Amino acid sequence: MRELTAMSLAEARDAIRAKKISSRELTGAFVTAIQKARPLNAFITEAGEQALAAADRADSRIAKGDMGALEGLPLAIKDLFCTKGVKTTAASRILGNFVPPYESTVTQNLWDAGAVMLGKTNLDEFAMGSSNETSAFGPVFNPWRASDSNANLVPGGSSGGSSAAVAADLCLAAIGTDTGGSIRQPAAVTGRVGLKPTYGRCSRFGIVAFASSLDQAGPMTKTVKDAAIMLKTMASVDPKDSTSVDVSVPDYEKLLDGGIKGLKIGIPKEYRIDGAPAEIDALWSKGADWLRAQGAEIVEVSLPHTKYALPTYYIVAPAEASSNLARYDGVRFGYRAPGAHDITELYEKSRGEGFGAEVQRRILIGTYVLSAGYYDAYYARAQKLRSLIKRDFEQAFETCDVLLTPATPGPAFGVGAKTSDPVEMYLQDVFTVTVNLAGLPGISVPAGLTQNGLPLGLQLIGKAFDEATMLRAASAVEQAADFKHSPAKWWSV
Amino acid sequence: MSGAAKNKYIKGETGDWEIVIGMEVHAQVLSNSKLFSGASTEFGGEPNNQVSFIDAGFPGMLPAINGKCVEQAVRTGLGLKAKINLRSIFDRKNYFYPDLPQGYQISQYKDPVVGEGEVMIDLKDGESIRVGIERLHLEQDAGKSLHDQHPDSSFVDLNRSGIALMEIVTRPDMRSSEEAAAFLKKLRAIVRYLGTCDGNMDEGSMRADVNVSVRKPGGPLGTRCEIKNVNSMRFIAQAVEYEARRQIEVIEGGGTIRQETRLFDSRQGETRSMRSKEEAHDYRYFPDPDLLPLELNPAWVEEIAKSLPELPDEKKARFMAQGLSAYDASVLVAERELADYYEELTKGVDAKSAANWLNNEVLGRLNRDGLSIGEVPVSAAANNAIIQMVADKTISGKIAKDLLDIIWKEGGDPRQVVEARSLKQVTDTGAIDAAIEAVIAANPDKVEEVKAKPKLAAWFVGQVMKQTGGKANPAAVNAALKTRLNLPEEG
Repeated sequence: MRELTAMSLAEARDAIRAKKISSRELTGAFVTAIQKARPLNAFITEAGEQALAAADRADSRIAKGDMGALEGLPLAIKDLFCTKGVKTTAASRILGNFVPPYESTVTQNLWDAGAVMLGKTNLDEFAMGSSNETSAFGPVFNPWRASDSNANLVPGGSSGGSSAAVAADLCLAAIGTDTGGSIRQPAAVTGRVGLKPTYGRCSRFGIVAFASSLDQAGPMTKTVKDAAIMLKTMASVDPKDSTSVDVSVPDYEKLLDGGIKGLKIGIPKEYRIDGAPAEIDALWSKGADWLRAQGAEIVEVSLPHTKYALPTYYIVAPAEASSNLARYDGVRFGYRAPGAHDITELYEKSRGEGFGAEVQRRILIGTYVLSAGYYDAYYARAQKLRSLIKRDFEQAFETCDVLLTPATPGPAFGVGAKTSDPVEMYLQDVFTVTVNLAGLPGISVPAGLTQNGLPLGLQLIGKAFDEATMLRAASAVEQAADFKHSPAKWWSV
Repeated sequence: MSGAAKNKYIKGETGDWEIVIGMEVHAQVLSNSKLFSGASTEFGGEPNNQVSFIDAGFPGMLPAINGKCVEQAVRTGLGLKAKINLRSIFDRKNYFYPDLPQGYQISQYKDPVVGEGEVMIDLKDGESIRVGIERLHLEQDAGKSLHDQHPDSSFVDLNRSGIALMEIVTRPDMRSSEEAAAFLKKLRAIVRYLGTCDGNMDEGSMRADVNVSVRKPGGPLGTRCEIKNVNSMRFIAQAVEYEARRQIEVIEGGGTIRQETRLFDSRQGETRSMRSKEEAHDYRYFPDPDLLPLELNPAWVEEIAKSLPELPDEKKARFMAQGLSAYDASVLVAERELADYYEELTKGVDAKSAANWLNNEVLGRLNRDGLSIGEVPVSAAANNAIIQMVADKTISGKIAKDLLDIIWKEGGDPRQVVEARSLKQVTDTGAIDAAIEAVIAANPDKVEEVKAKPKLAAWFVGQVMKQTGGKANPAAVNAALKTRLNLPEEG
């Protein structure tokens, strides 16, 4: 048997079911690994003791043969999900020592299935960022380093703590949220799998909101099969989230091995962008070849409004965020600045001191684009473009079943390399935001290494609520890529 | 828009002025739980005892629409004879205030659930006026800031936060403070009949913002001011009168009216500037991404339409068909309880005398005692029995009033009281003749006088009635006296 922490979720699940290992053993191994990996700064809150107690409870259920789908499996939770009795920060000062008296629906689904929470992972503040550098709790370091340098690299973002935790074997799997690429991009630059489900597939109840019409929870895993297993448990229609959708949740794991013979894979020509590294294009072509070799038909498709996706996203998402973040006012919970003399000063100081620079930037952008006189020029037009982007996909899916694209415009970059130019940072999401704007499912799968040994991913995009077909194609890419690489454990103290 | 009758104009130094009034009424939806949460809506709870995490704007909380509130809004729309929009949208109205936990109010901006409708109002002079309804939309109420609990802190009570309100917006169709008050009364009657709002202004279940402008008769509309916080029927008229005269004074003094929001101060009886148009908030409305567009099934709306009760206008028409005047009928239907009381009271008796009895005797006494129709001490059935006894001449009209006084104070069945206290009318001519003889014997001078002055007969009638303790049938007394005193027929 492999080292416990190196197991995939499916392997660990099977080992537990076969009573080869206990949840206690497994959880203990991860608790130790997390402690040793503190230099990565992947966790904001470690919950080792609670995890071990939960593992014991799982073991006693296992002994009774009363097992949930994820019984005894230790997971890491992005600190954007509210967890009852466990501090939830959104990586922001403004939440202070906020301890939610309630549980998010997605995490509740996990606990109901028997899963164990190891802790809350770091992220960009309020999930706003692509490098995990906007966190009030400091940056997360990518477990990967280039073969030719010891420089610290970013783990992607915003779910950078979760991606680092999965890549460094600090959990069996993690969950993240994806508003413009926040699951898929960090998964890609850490050599792991990240799945953003169809908008409405998972409940948003209890997730600290960034941009409500785009936010979606999803799994970050070591394998496509693990993502399939996790999604099955995370997904549910929820009366507490009006935008969750009542569609049946299939057993994705079972549907994984159907093969892709005859599947039509679309290659959107607009995703071939000027100035992209040659390695990205080469990997993309390789991906198409792998799928063709397994019997899929490759077709070129057009998504003509792709070039408007980033500008559209950077109007819609900040607009919603500016309103969603209004509740952090220092009045009822979270951080309250001392020394305010009146209510306006209380707001200004609490929010000025509580929010970091990137969050403030987006609140300002969002407030601006919704203001009288600017609404029609920005927000209303962005909504129209969003409809056109959505229609692009609908038309493309008339001639294909799944789309194949690069996941990111490049590999992990150095800490601090892009922090001075927000637009440069925003370009990280160029291949992923369209999927959020259209509400579709997307998955990034590790597919290769750069010349200097950094992981790159490919993205598959599915039809709405057809995660099953998308996962089948992802599995085919995974098999062909045969990506078995892991970072050297340089951080272990 | 029609011009007002001349008698509604206000006189200024430069001649007549016409007031133009529109209203925005906030009516609290009658429902057990809030618009987007399961918290209770009961009035008067301990502060912050009826607050869910949704109402308090906690992280990760999401609104989920309460179907009952939508049903109530649709029911109200149907009662206002308005168009029901099968697709409507919830928007966020963004502003910062401590009693607004989310930092935005969920409301309906461009696409309200109810479109155009109307309310007919009846005035004292018998005139009927149509007030157009522009729209009705659903929105959340805010909480309440408490500034008087601590010397240097303000407290917030979120019990009201998230309660469903219907904002009902009228066209600028009213032309006097009387019309404004009549509109609000009529609207309150309609929502009470429908059971969609309790209309209780004291508890804040119904609040009005009044838009007032003035113009020269027939001229273009003037600049309006919005008066906030008008929370009683009495204040509506006061606020409108004050504001119209203020505006006329400003214009006649060579000034211009600034579009602004003003606050009505009920203690001073005046309106004061709150904020000008330039200082108005930019609410940054946009569709709430947490809520899907509200789609209504036409069959469901049809079901609600079928379940509507008889509304004031229909009831009024029915009462008028029974012989009541438009004004009497409109007074009776103004409150559902009063109309129900009247319906019970009028069973089997003449509608007009029942209405008169109710107006003069029952409502008069309620008014005297400061009671509402809900607190009336004598049942409609008991009044009905009294009216019947007058009609069949068992008792006289005078005795009837005394009888009502007795039962009002002491209770009891009217027929039993009449028996027990021997209040039955005396029609026995022997007893009447005896009383007449007694009066004549005691007043020989008057007997002489009446020969010259036949009008003095009334005095004799009074004396005879007194002699019989009011029980004699006045018509019988009259006839007997005329014969006995030899008076001409047309006395």
